[in-house]
Amino acid sequence: MQFEFLLEQVVNGLVLGGYYLLIALGLSLIFSVGGIVNLAHGAFYALGAYICVELTKRLGFGPSLAISPLAVALLGILFERFILRRFYTADPILSLLVTFGLAMVAEQAIRMIWGAAPVSTEIPQGFRGSVIVGDFLFSRYRLLILGVVAAIMVGVWLLLHKTSFGRVVRAGIQRPDMVAALGIRLQPYMTAIVMLGVGLAALGGAFFAPITTVHPAMGAEIMTIAFVVVVIGGLGSFWGVLIAALLVGVVRGIAIHFEPAAGEASIYILMFLVLLVRPRGLLGERIEKFE
Amino acid sequence: MIRTNRRTLLRTGAAFAGAATLGFPAIVRAEAEKIRIGHLTPLTGFLGVIGSYAQLGVKLAAEEINASGGILGKPIDLLSEDSINPATAATKAQRMLEQDGAVVLLGEISSASSLTIMQVAERNKKVFFSTGARSDALRGKSCNKYSFHCDIPNTVMVNAVGTALSQQGMVKGKKFFTLTADYIFGHDLLKAAKIFFSTHDANLIGDELIATDVTDFSPYLLKVRQAKPDVVCCNLAGNQVTNLVKQYAEFGFPYPLVGFNLNTGDAWAAGAGNLSGTWPTVWYHTLDNPASKAFVASFTKKYGKPPENHAWIDYITLKLLAEAINSTKSTASDELIAYFEKQAQFDIGKARKAYFRSWDHQLVQEAYPFTVKPKDQMKDQWDMLVLGDAVPAANDPLETIYPTKEQNPCEMKA
Repeated sequence: MQFEFLLEQVVNGLVLGGYYLLIALGLSLIFSVGGIVNLAHGAFYALGAYICVELTKRLGFGPSLAISPLAVALLGILFERFILRRFYTADPILSLLVTFGLAMVAEQAIRMIWGAAPVSTEIPQGFRGSVIVGDFLFSRYRLLILGVVAAIMVGVWLLLHKTSFGRVVRAGIQRPDMVAALGIRLQPYMTAIVMLGVGLAALGGAFFAPITTVHPAMGAEIMTIAFVVVVIGGLGSFWGVLIAALLVGVVRGIAIHFEPAAGEASIYILMFLVLLVRPRGLLGERIEKFE
Repeated sequence: MIRTNRRTLLRTGAAFAGAATLGFPAIVRAEAEKIRIGHLTPLTGFLGVIGSYAQLGVKLAAEEINASGGILGKPIDLLSEDSINPATAATKAQRMLEQDGAVVLLGEISSASSLTIMQVAERNKKVFFSTGARSDALRGKSCNKYSFHCDIPNTVMVNAVGTALSQQGMVKGKKFFTLTADYIFGHDLLKAAKIFFSTHDANLIGDELIATDVTDFSPYLLKVRQAKPDVVCCNLAGNQVTNLVKQYAEFGFPYPLVGFNLNTGDAWAAGAGNLSGTWPTVWYHTLDNPASKAFVASFTKKYGKPPENHAWIDYITLKLLAEAINSTKSTASDELIAYFEKQAQFDIGKARKAYFRSWDHQLVQEAYPFTVKPKDQMKDQWDMLVLGDAVPAANDPLETIYPTKEQNPCEMKA
């Protein structure tokens, strides 16, 4: 019986990890391609949640879930074009400061528009409750999240590995100078990557809006765990981030099963151990421009 | 990698330091003709949302007092800041008393931060009104002469909800599973809950202590299911309550969820359709009495939304403090303490008047259990709760629901 309970925690951890992946993947992509630690990533997650709550009042949850990330991705164009683009070759501390500042501006803007008190929305009736498969209990809603995340990850993988777009992006991560020498401008690709990254974060926010507190500081809340995932996974690696996200979810679940008090600390211990053995993260690649 | 040059870092540091000094003149400039009162409350973190309400409430009170001539003919100069965490709360409290010349402190929601401010107040011999902290220990073994406690303590919340649950047949012989916030407040609430369970023949079959930064409760909910309780009981605080309530609705467990702590701000944040069960509260904006209605009207007019219970409690605290200063014609700590210890009665917007109990400085007042309105009966998003009858019942002395001297002994050093 004990083993089944543990297995249930492992499976639940995988589901949760899938959700962390939405936030962490974009963070990792933007860093890998542009060399920018986007501290404002959480702000896009929060915006995704707020826009979803706002649209749900008019359009219902389904359409809002689709529109909110698209709207935030469009905002990503402006973010890339007018802010990030200036900092690709600049001192990294400048981009760190500017995105940190932007995160604060965004949080205050949310406070001014929607107020400091949380806003609320609920899960559509059809996705409430849980299903029991064999001995395992799943929240229907989290199964939906898992399904969508899995589909998106397949899509992102295909995009990065099976299209000419992906080839340019991957080449741009390793040798931006060579890509430029071949006469390819990386900037439009960077815009697309930022759109994808912040759009995924917004989708994460929209998905979590019905099951968490939607408040102005929610962006800052999610950033810690997103960074932990990116650091454990290693930069530049799609699979690294994926494995790290699932690992973080599972380790947390197992820790809570055996020693609840260590639940939140466990992921930092995991990060510490991984970095001891592999300073670049699990599958982190050696990236010339960051060495 | 591009290296940051030290000179650049130095310049950045200088810029930050420069910006910081710009904020200084306002703080250093002491104004003798005003009475400065320090207010600390969490504006960020898991209690930040309800803390924001507290700040709106205390500001409204200061404005109203100033509009009607101030206290002792002088306007109140309210200094209200984010207390952030227990260590920062203590530092800021010390600064407010020592440098800013605050004569009294009030505020706080976190029991951990309140405890550190209480120590600062005692060291400086200044009065502190802990407005929103609920831990019994603050009124008991950690009590001191300079600290007064305005919110209902954990024991009262447990008694209010427990009585309502007993009447619904949900206590005797039932198996409880509790989810408890892992800090002084939660530990204290769990202690009160355990006493209630053991004196009412209920069984506590599982308890999880939960760190205050947890936002995803799914692993804990799986443990709840494994334990198969009759009732799940939430001993959390702040937006953790909201998160739990939403995720509990998500999993759709058959076991009813109740709680020994909830603020109406957290209930509103959970939203219609997610919250159910029986919970306690200290005040709700639908209470039908003149003082409460007048406060709700002026708050709603000013801020465009009804007040939450922390807005109310910080509001009435500043009002009763003004009343005390005007009556004693003094801001001296000893005179204020003597005035309150005479158990002066205050109209705090409830059916019965309240007073600070002399031996533990607890504001003795009514409390209420509440249940949740069906979604189709709510007039607006704020109209969520159905208040039960005030406890204690009108014929019983107010103190019957409060811990006795034996249960929660407080020794105040002179």
